[in-house]
Amino acid sequence: MNLLLVAPLLVPLAGGVLALLVRRPAAERAVGVGSALALLAVAVALFTVALEQGYATSQMGEWPVPYGITLVLDRLAATMLLVTAVLAVAVTLNSLGGADTRGRHFHALVQFQLLGVNGAFLTGDLFNLFVFFEVLLIASYALLMHGARPERTVATVHVMVLNLLGSTLFLVAVGCIYSAAGSLNLADLAERAAALPADREGLWRAGAWLLVVVFALKAALLPLGFWLPSAYAAADGTVAALFAILTKVGVVAILRTGTLLFGDVGLEPVVLALAIATLALGAIGMMAARRLAQLAAYAVVLSVGTLLIAVGLSTQASVAAAVYYLMQGTVATAGLFLIAERVGLLRGASADRLVPAGEIRGRLALPLAFLVTAIAIAGLPPFGGFIAKIALLDAAADAGRAAWVFPVVLLTTLAAIVALARAGSLLFWKSASGVGRDEPPGRVAGATAAGLGIGTLVLAASPLVFYAGAAMDHAHATAAQLLDPAAYVRAVHAGDPTREEP
Amino acid sequence: METLFSAALGLLVAAGVYLTLRPRLFSVLLGLTLLSYAVNLFLLASGGLLAGRVPLTDQPPPWPDPLPQALILTAIVISFGMTAFLIVLALRAVAEKGHDHVEGREEEGGR
Repeated sequence: MNLLLVAPLLVPLAGGVLALLVRRPAAERAVGVGSALALLAVAVALFTVALEQGYATSQMGEWPVPYGITLVLDRLAATMLLVTAVLAVAVTLNSLGGADTRGRHFHALVQFQLLGVNGAFLTGDLFNLFVFFEVLLIASYALLMHGARPERTVATVHVMVLNLLGSTLFLVAVGCIYSAAGSLNLADLAERAAALPADREGLWRAGAWLLVVVFALKAALLPLGFWLPSAYAAADGTVAALFAILTKVGVVAILRTGTLLFGDVGLEPVVLALAIATLALGAIGMMAARRLAQLAAYAVVLSVGTLLIAVGLSTQASVAAAVYYLMQGTVATAGLFLIAERVGLLRGASADRLVPAGEIRGRLALPLAFLVTAIAIAGLPPFGGFIAKIALLDAAADAGRAAWVFPVVLLTTLAAIVALARAGSLLFWKSASGVGRDEPPGRVAGATAAGLGIGTLVLAASPLVFYAGAAMDHAHATAAQLLDPAAYVRAVHAGDPTREEP
Repeated sequence: METLFSAALGLLVAAGVYLTLRPRLFSVLLGLTLLSYAVNLFLLASGGLLAGRVPLTDQPPPWPDPLPQALILTAIVISFGMTAFLIVLALRAVAEKGHDHVEGREEEGGR
């Protein structure tokens, strides 16, 4: 039993419980920051393990393989754990500026959310994936209500009803797959899928499609993604930044089950077509957004579309582009939410609405951070978004889908540039020319916290630029690992303590 | 038994879907609850239907599958917690708006 694999679950669980137990806000903050930093250390350790060994698995209680609770660490899971931990540190630091005191139990809820996210990335079992989804969802409902405002109640109700329906479908899918294959362990299922009796084929396919519907709902793939923009734009900026990882959980689940189990089901063309539509919707939404937070929410839709195009192409090169984009897109959209929150605080009454207003006085760091984030999201050189998009277009050309993917990706890139440039000039340039309608507050607390939060994200994304070659090699190795399900099965069986022969 | 079981399941799902599509949060809540009952029954069926047999004993086969029951237990606990949270949320929406329309606003002439 490999205990290091349980650490990404235990650290936030302990942190969350502790944060609930301590009474003083200062102690709660200390627990939140400490737990996030500990999680980052664990994630780095696991990342090096994944780089060295490829796979690490753990069977809880040393039960034999299809029975116990299986945790599997591969390159994808390790990468996502690292991204999550970075996001956790940034969000927690950023919240110290006052966001965490707008409601109760902020730090505890963030920790429980992290528990669910990490579990969803690590689990090697379909039913535990469901359970971890529910853990992250219930924490996300409470976080969505954080700093309660009336529009948040309605947004939360909508998200919750939709996700409860999603959970119902997830269980139906689990039922279909269990009655078709008689197992829920991913490695065991991968083996059984190959030798499925002909009369179970239909059930298996039904389960596969239902699962993809559920994951598409979480990932906000069109036509199941209309809940996302209103919910994320209504949420507190710090919370929305953390939510940037939630859609990625759905994408990773599609990627994982698609490569491991449903290679023969034929999901890819459908995912590709819907992803292209999602990308277009994200770009149109970015152009139409009236608030910076809304723009950031549509940027999330845009990044989901880009990612799922790469997943839908399902070649090694395209999956590598997806992995690279997962790393940089998550961090960039989270950064935009944090910037939107800061801009809203600094501009006073006009908040983050995209209208000319009073000058944001004496601050160079914030416009600069916006510039960097905008370039990263739009996918212009020299940042990671550009590298990811080049890799994606390359992969599309190789897969013979250039006619579909090129125009959409290039046009949406243009639309994103226009939308972000318009937002930037409205917020930072026109403001400066003194067309202000309201007097911005003189001093707003929390500059250090916001600087730390946004700075963490920029710092974390910088290796993707400065060591782009190494990062791309890692993405390729991850893709190769994902497209070799037999190795996954072998790795899980190798971790089986009761196995007889080597 | 299969016919009766699937008919009951279908009825539950139909009622659940209908109620979930209603404009009142109260009906939506009831609908979601019915759907979660239906899905629990469906999980029970996914291990095969077998009456009058007990798993994990020294009875001769056929044994019913014990795993779906464990899944159902987990699913019940989760849906119980989620329903409780949704009820609190709905009450809060009612307290804020004075009504429980799902869109957060009363439509004109709407009931």
